[in-house]
Amino acid sequence: MHPTLLVIDWALILEKALLISAVIVISLVVAMYETLAERKIAGYIQDRLGPNRAGPGGILQPLADGLKLFMKEEITPNSANKVLFVLGPCLAMLTAMLTSAVIPWGSTLFFGEREVALQVADINIGILYIFGIVAMGVFGVMIGGWASNNKFSLLAALRGASQVISYELPMGLSLIALLMVTGTLKMSSIVEAQVDGVYNVFLQPLGFLIFLICAFAECNRTPFDLPEAESELNFGYHQEYSSMKLGFYLFAEYINMFISSVLMATLFFGGYDIPFVNDAALRESWGHNPVSILQSVVLLIKTGGFIFFFIWVRWTIPRFRYDQLMDLGWKKLIPLALVNMIITAIVILWRQQ
Amino acid sequence: MSVTEILFYSLSAMAIGSALLVILSKNPVHSVLWLIVTFVAISGHYILLNAQFLGIVNMIVYAGAIMVLFLFVIMLMNLSTHKEAKKNKWLQMAGVLSGGLLLLVIVASLKGAEQATLVAQTNEGSIGLLENLGKTLFTDYVIPFEIASVLFLSAMVGAVVLGKKTETTKS
Repeated sequence: MHPTLLVIDWALILEKALLISAVIVISLVVAMYETLAERKIAGYIQDRLGPNRAGPGGILQPLADGLKLFMKEEITPNSANKVLFVLGPCLAMLTAMLTSAVIPWGSTLFFGEREVALQVADINIGILYIFGIVAMGVFGVMIGGWASNNKFSLLAALRGASQVISYELPMGLSLIALLMVTGTLKMSSIVEAQVDGVYNVFLQPLGFLIFLICAFAECNRTPFDLPEAESELNFGYHQEYSSMKLGFYLFAEYINMFISSVLMATLFFGGYDIPFVNDAALRESWGHNPVSILQSVVLLIKTGGFIFFFIWVRWTIPRFRYDQLMDLGWKKLIPLALVNMIITAIVILWRQQ
Repeated sequence: MSVTEILFYSLSAMAIGSALLVILSKNPVHSVLWLIVTFVAISGHYILLNAQFLGIVNMIVYAGAIMVLFLFVIMLMNLSTHKEAKKNKWLQMAGVLSGGLLLLVIVASLKGAEQATLVAQTNEGSIGLLENLGKTLFTDYVIPFEIASVLFLSAMVGAVVLGKKTETTKS
């Protein structure tokens, strides 16, 4: 019999484990500092200082917030479904993190002879995978709202879930037009095409706009933050949650915001491509690894721009009423996305002739 | 045992176990959640067979959209375990009998089928890949594909008509 029953490429597993840990750490740290950025920018927009007590300029504020959430009393309502009550926030967090697996965080790095791609899984159905995870993300909200055994939580959960599944449709339709242009579902190929050519946002401006609006709705951000409208709609699906379980829901929202910003940067703004610079020529003069690291930094800077936009909109625009929300999704965005798709198809066919 | 085999057996155990739990759990919401786990396991099987598109679409459509609808309905009806009415004994017997007959038919048809001798190919074969699937659908099977889409469209229009009707009677 063969001496080794199970052949495992340990180097590959180690490489992927390190990469996954790095991506998770980056997502969590970015989400932490998004909360601080949100409060600082809100302070600037409303002409006040924002948090500035913890550390120089409030730089330790997220740690203090996290500590506060951990120290709070963990309350589980008597009539709640105990297992599902815990499962809800876990699912929200899990689905928020899972999407990061197919995003190309950079090109490749060389460790000695070994070339390591800065992407956890380069599958050729990358975009569909993201849709699969987004579809799963609804369950975190629904399970949490139902398990609380509170009518307001349940209503808010239904409201949130119907919002997410309604805006999934125009999002998918706007991406179909993008896929017609790129001709592939593979995330790495989409980015590589943009590194050599034009950014997709110039080819699909309307598609990008629809995607942006839907990303706001999917992340439950203002002006679509009805699931958590605390003042007029009695908070949201996490009404009964306290301590870190509530923290998980809130944190999942910030991670979603980060991931969708990365997605927009990747799909429409060239991903890790350095703008106005010929990356290949730079690679010749600087060497391989420094340029790769610079590219990853550039991706994070682009992402930061989108995160700023998310926050900026939140403190500028009031929220929609529920019927306005549904009208916008079903009667405006879906027809618009369909028209965009047809125009794209006609232009592509016309150029082929 | 290769990695593929380990994955196959664990996915199979997951699929069968969660499918049993769908039937056995008392709470209907738990049943729906176990059904989602079953769909995820079956998606895993598709991916093992290199049918990536089928696997992910199974996740999006069944585990995602359809199960959300199930959850909506069950959550709003608020079915509880205590209120379950005692069922007729004869009805239960009839259920067992018809279920057993169905099993018999399935086993018999699988036994006689040509595919019984074929072995599923894991990790190879390219028909399930997105490009090949698209080409096949839009060249060899255009008419069935388009007819199916018209069927879906008519179902959608029907749903809209039904929805409209209740709205007008209310106002």
